[in-house]
Amino acid sequence: MKNIDVAVVGAGPAGLSAAIEAAKYGVKTLVIDENRQPGGQLFKQIHKFFGSQAQMAGIRGYEIGKKLLASAQMHHVQMHLNTQVIGIDETNTLAVIKDHHYSEIKARKIILCCGAAEKTLAFPGWTLPGIMGAGAAQTLVNIHRVLPGEKILMVGSGNVGLIVTYHFLQAGANVKAVIDAAHSIKGYGVHAAKIKRAGIPIMLGCTINRAIGKKQVEKAELIRVDERFNKIPSTEIQMDVDTICLAVGLSPSTELARMAGCKLYYDAKLGGYIPLINQDMQTTLEDIYAAGDMTGIEEASIAMEEGRIAGISCAVGLGYCPDTATSQRVVQNIRLNLSQLRSYKPN
Amino acid sequence: MRVVNHPILGEDPKKRKITIYIDNKPVEAMEGDTIASALWANGIKACRYTPKNQEPRGIFCCIGRCNDCIMTVDGIPNIRSCITPVKDGMRIKTQKGNGTWEELK
Ligand SMILES: Cc1cc2nc3c(=O)[nH]c(=O)nc-3n(C[C@H](O)[C@H](O)[C@H](O)COP(=O)(O)OP(=O)(O)OC[C@H]3O[C@@H](n4cnc5c(N)ncnc54)[C@H](O)[C@@H]3O)c2cc1C
Ligand code: FES
Repeated sequence: MKNIDVAVVGAGPAGLSAAIEAAKYGVKTLVIDENRQPGGQLFKQIHKFFGSQAQMAGIRGYEIGKKLLASAQMHHVQMHLNTQVIGIDETNTLAVIKDHHYSEIKARKIILCCGAAEKTLAFPGWTLPGIMGAGAAQTLVNIHRVLPGEKILMVGSGNVGLIVTYHFLQAGANVKAVIDAAHSIKGYGVHAAKIKRAGIPIMLGCTINRAIGKKQVEKAELIRVDERFNKIPSTEIQMDVDTICLAVGLSPSTELARMAGCKLYYDAKLGGYIPLINQDMQTTLEDIYAAGDMTGIEEASIAMEEGRIAGISCAVGLGYCPDTATSQRVVQNIRLNLSQLRSYKPN
Repeated sequence: MRVVNHPILGEDPKKRKITIYIDNKPVEAMEGDTIASALWANGIKACRYTPKNQEPRGIFCCIGRCNDCIMTVDGIPNIRSCITPVKDGMRIKTQKGNGTWEELK
């Protein structure tokens, strides 16, 4: 069994930021991620305007990722990649699997930064190959450099739907339409404008009725809906597509928090069940902290600030910050940042 | 189809061609691919068939969360093809149902 001061699960923006802050205070910190490369969702975000509407940050997601990695290296954060955490117990021990081999890691404090998984929509035919999350398609295009298909339908006009549609265009794919059951575009105007300029129809008050195909999706049947989302009979149209991307939201990955016994609560605006945390990002269990999308679906800039608080809190909790006045000032500043970044305030 | 040149990301860094076997048929992949990205680049979209109704399934999340993409790889069933890197000579099977531990006799 390996022993460590702080173990961070997830090397996304939240986990990396947490680890960097803890390591700055000399805490022995290990980040575990099941991917070959650290960065979580950041390396597929190739657009600018990454961050909150208020900040208008003009930096691309993968550039943020590179900065975090350099900083993690500089502060001697240990990294276990290709390593999946499959369990956690009351002695703060993580069960991990790497290359089919099992081992255990015991930590004095654990920070869970597991991110989120894409939600889906159930409609007849929704399981056909070729129907996938918008984030999945974005991963294929921007990380693996393979197009998901030749004729794409995007379901959902939120920021993820709009941004990923634009990524398809940059990669040379043909997007047939973006549809949304809502009667107004859900994402930011800047993103919608880019799609419209490219001549891609954004069809509002329109949903997917069914997907048609044998071995994979061949057609999408669309139908109009009224203001209360009731389908309007006889308004079906069929569209030739080989890919349907669902951009219908994310749901926090709370499995490990549940297994550990952290108390969860429901907040629909933040994506569903999330661990109850205090302002130090501590869960209802003393040694377990959580940050990023798994404590509520927000943005990368928020995930990073939350991670930083969790990292500092662990360092303080382990007695690595004799000068508590300074560390408290830092945390106060981060909290101030967070309140400016957030449009929605959880209670 | 591969995105060889990209206006922001530049040239595809994957350069070395390797061969993997899908249901015993040789298929070209690039070093650095995941199994799923190699399949998709070759237009193959069914990773498995479901246990009850034998329906095809492809990738859904592409980040290792949903298990829709599981395949039998080098004799071991239930491997998530979307996050498993290809290796030269790798033997991959479209998984039927829950799969079997073929080569571990
Ligand atoms: C399609 C899409 C587009 C987006 N666009 C934007 C945008 O334009 N601007 C913006 O600000 N935000 C955007 N976001 C959101 C942003 O990416 C997230 O808010 C941010 O990445 C969350 O950071 P995180 O560290 O919490 O999670 P993630 O970045 O998801 O990282 C979590 C990591 O933990 C790993 N992990 C989880 N469980 C385990 C386990 N048990 N064992 C090992 N590893 C594990 C995961 O594999 C992953 O690498 C987008 C998200 C998506 C999906
Ligand atoms: S597609 Fe979801 S786990 Fe592979």
